[in-house]
Amino acid sequence: MFTFFLSMFLLIFPLTYNRKEKRKFIINEGERRFDLMNLSMSSVESLVAQIHGLSSNIGELTQLRNYLKQCDDLLRTESTRLAPLLTELDPSVHSLGYLYILEACTSAPISKDQANKLVLSVARFINVCAAEQIRLAPEKFISICKRLMLQVMLLEDPMRGVAPLLTSIRKLQSSTEQLTTLHPDFMLLCLLSKCYKIGLSVLEDDIFEVDLPRDLFLYCYYGGMICIGQKQFRKALELLHNVVTAPMPIISAIAVEAYKKYILVSLIHLGQFATSFPKYTSSAAQRNLKNFSQSYLELVNSYSTGKVSEVEKCVEIYKDTFGSDNNLGLVKQVVSSMYKRNIQRLTQTYLTLSLQDIANTVQLNSPKEAEMHVLQMIQEGDIYATINQKDGMVRFLEDPEQYKTCEMIERLDFSIQRIMRLSKKLTTMNEVMSCDPSYLGKVHIQLGRSGKDLIMMIFIPFLLNSPYEERRN
Amino acid sequence: MEPEDNAAGPVIGDEEIHANGRDESDSQRHRPIISGEQLDIEAYAALYTGRTKTTRLLFIADKCGAPSMELEALRMAYDEIKKGEDTQLFREVVGKINGRLGPNYGLDDAWADAVDRRAESRKDKLENELNAYRTNLIKESIRMGYNDFGDFFYAHGRLGEAFKNYVRTRDYCTTSKHIIHMCLNAILVSIEMGQFTHVTSYVGKAEQAVDGLDPVTIAKLRCAAGLSHLEGKKYKLAARKFLEVGPELGNNYTEIIAPQDVATYGTLCALASFDRSELKSKVIDNTNFRNFLELVPEIRELINDFYTSHYASCLEYLGNLKTNLLLDIHLHDHVETLYEQIRNKALIQYTLPFVSVDLNMMANAFNTSVTGLEKELEALITNDQIQARIDSHNKILYARHADQRNGTFQRALQTGNEFDRELRAMLLRANLIKHDYNLKAPRKY
Repeated sequence: MFTFFLSMFLLIFPLTYNRKEKRKFIINEGERRFDLMNLSMSSVESLVAQIHGLSSNIGELTQLRNYLKQCDDLLRTESTRLAPLLTELDPSVHSLGYLYILEACTSAPISKDQANKLVLSVARFINVCAAEQIRLAPEKFISICKRLMLQVMLLEDPMRGVAPLLTSIRKLQSSTEQLTTLHPDFMLLCLLSKCYKIGLSVLEDDIFEVDLPRDLFLYCYYGGMICIGQKQFRKALELLHNVVTAPMPIISAIAVEAYKKYILVSLIHLGQFATSFPKYTSSAAQRNLKNFSQSYLELVNSYSTGKVSEVEKCVEIYKDTFGSDNNLGLVKQVVSSMYKRNIQRLTQTYLTLSLQDIANTVQLNSPKEAEMHVLQMIQEGDIYATINQKDGMVRFLEDPEQYKTCEMIERLDFSIQRIMRLSKKLTTMNEVMSCDPSYLGKVHIQLGRSGKDLIMMIFIPFLLNSPYEERRN
Repeated sequence: MEPEDNAAGPVIGDEEIHANGRDESDSQRHRPIISGEQLDIEAYAALYTGRTKTTRLLFIADKCGAPSMELEALRMAYDEIKKGEDTQLFREVVGKINGRLGPNYGLDDAWADAVDRRAESRKDKLENELNAYRTNLIKESIRMGYNDFGDFFYAHGRLGEAFKNYVRTRDYCTTSKHIIHMCLNAILVSIEMGQFTHVTSYVGKAEQAVDGLDPVTIAKLRCAAGLSHLEGKKYKLAARKFLEVGPELGNNYTEIIAPQDVATYGTLCALASFDRSELKSKVIDNTNFRNFLELVPEIRELINDFYTSHYASCLEYLGNLKTNLLLDIHLHDHVETLYEQIRNKALIQYTLPFVSVDLNMMANAFNTSVTGLEKELEALITNDQIQARIDSHNKILYARHADQRNGTFQRALQTGNEFDRELRAMLLRANLIKHDYNLKAPRKY
């Protein structure tokens, strides 16, 4: 079977290869002719003609792209005179050509009035352009999107950029699992304009394919902040965890800030923080992160005593650090989560408890305050309890969930399906990885030439760094 | 619960009177370690012989905190040392006494010098002898020579040297009796030095020599093993070893341990680590161990009280014993832990058979206040040692039976979520690592 594919591949490959080469050759010829004409205006016009002529199918578009690449310098020098050309092109049909010209147009620095116009035209283009065309020149597309974002920021109206960037991400992505360079920018705009919900809709996609680690770090960091804003602490924890434990050769500021937030969110959501890193964390992170976040680790220590007064004391000491890190809000949430955690703990040990006792144990000032806390927690579904106002007693109940409803079964089923899908993906990825020549090359060097070990390594390529090491065998 | 508690009340009283009464009449043969009042040092010291007597006295002097008791201990240590030959220790003790006991207990230079001189000459003599044996290659004599050297160093307090010499005899042992002799010496010195890993290994070695083991030796080895487990905080193993000690031990091992200690150590460890049925079969019904328990009636009463659920009197006994146990050279580190474990066990055992427990009654049984009890129970519930919840309003403890089915569902969902999350994080990391591998040819974006 395999040999069959191989021979097929060998048969086809030379043909395609030749064809490409030939086309390139023709274009080179054409370009030389343009140069000879040495008349910029007419060349710009012929450019439009070319765009018109070569926008119908994918073959022609590749040709057009190569041609446009050659003209890049020309476009740059002529950037001021290009604007009128845009009216001659239909952005939805001639997306590729339009993209190049638009990119050249917007490259020059502009005034604030023009900025408004630019934002409009770019946004319109993003809306109507054809996805398959712009994917031929992603760097140009990204460049105009970045410019759009820059202008929106200068105009101090980040919300205007949210929708166009969302569209552009969707058009640029070949699948929802891919992380584009635009993701972090989009997240940043969502954060600045407080459009958390839109941000969340993108965060719901599972990201697996990453080109630049930096993009991922920023995406996860901003994404984490959006989730914090929406109180989706579990998701936030997951995203920040990704940053902290990502493989990195050297420590980055993003990782440090993410680690700080990770600590705080972990305290709020889980009520504890394990200071040891998982073993797949890069050594750079393991060595350095703690040094940069001493005050946060102090907070963890004081939190683990279970006493509100200790935590408050610690917050008071490090108030400036937390403030300058812009984490003071989160720190306050940590403090209030302490009350919650303590009340929750009481539900495990007590069946009934007076409000006064609750107030004493969790260090609240009055039974009234304790009542408010309990009430709020009942409302949020954190605890199950009834308050008897006459006696000032709280009666804690058991979780009423009986796991008998259809919804619960559905949830379970959904969970199982999802895990099966993921496992399948894992297997496929494992297989792909074990066939990756660069991986094999690296492993080969590491292990010398002992064949048996090499085969072993092929079967366990990336589980090396995972918590599931028992699967090795 | 109620009738039992009432029954327990007078019993405690009786016991107390009885104990007090006997204390005066009995000539302190086995009372001292255990009484509620201040430790009678003289009687305590009489239980031991050899080096451990001095070290125990010095330990008491260090820990007791009462000057009169300290001086008493130091005085006896001084007298004891003077009988031996350890001038180093002698000077140390004199330094500690610091003239507080009058001129009779000052630095006796003449004695020390004389001892030192004698030691020097004896050492030379031993060396000559050993060299002679070695040239003649008579195995038995060489063994004896090294053994004498070991004894010599031991007597002069140079424990490291003594240990080395005792161990050296090993190459010249011809019978299993010799091996056991060597092991016992090594164990003795290691215990003095506080190196309990050696103790374990030499106990193991000695136990391998099957034919030479008489009951007394076996009992000695069990004691040593028990001590080393105790030191390693393996209370259950320690309890087992102490419980296996045969009555033959008698007063044969007083250079390490008194039979009273065996009873105390064994019982406390057993209480802290055994469950009810084990306690019954291995301690209370153990005829061997009963002999030891007879030596320390408080301990016997204590364990019976614990088994018959008279926790208040049991805990009272424990409380009385505590100050003296803290002065025990081997047990002092473990007293707090053992006590805590025993108390927790008592609390757990008390609640176990009931669906609901009245906290007032329980507080009575444990001789504590309801609020204090509530706190203790809270800690135990939080640690999942008692499955129950407290009705603080009516002061009742209700047993709680976990719903297996719901728990399973909950765990399954949680595990699924965790797995999901970890898998995704892993795939992502894998992709990043892949990126690292492909760094030479990044995609053009």
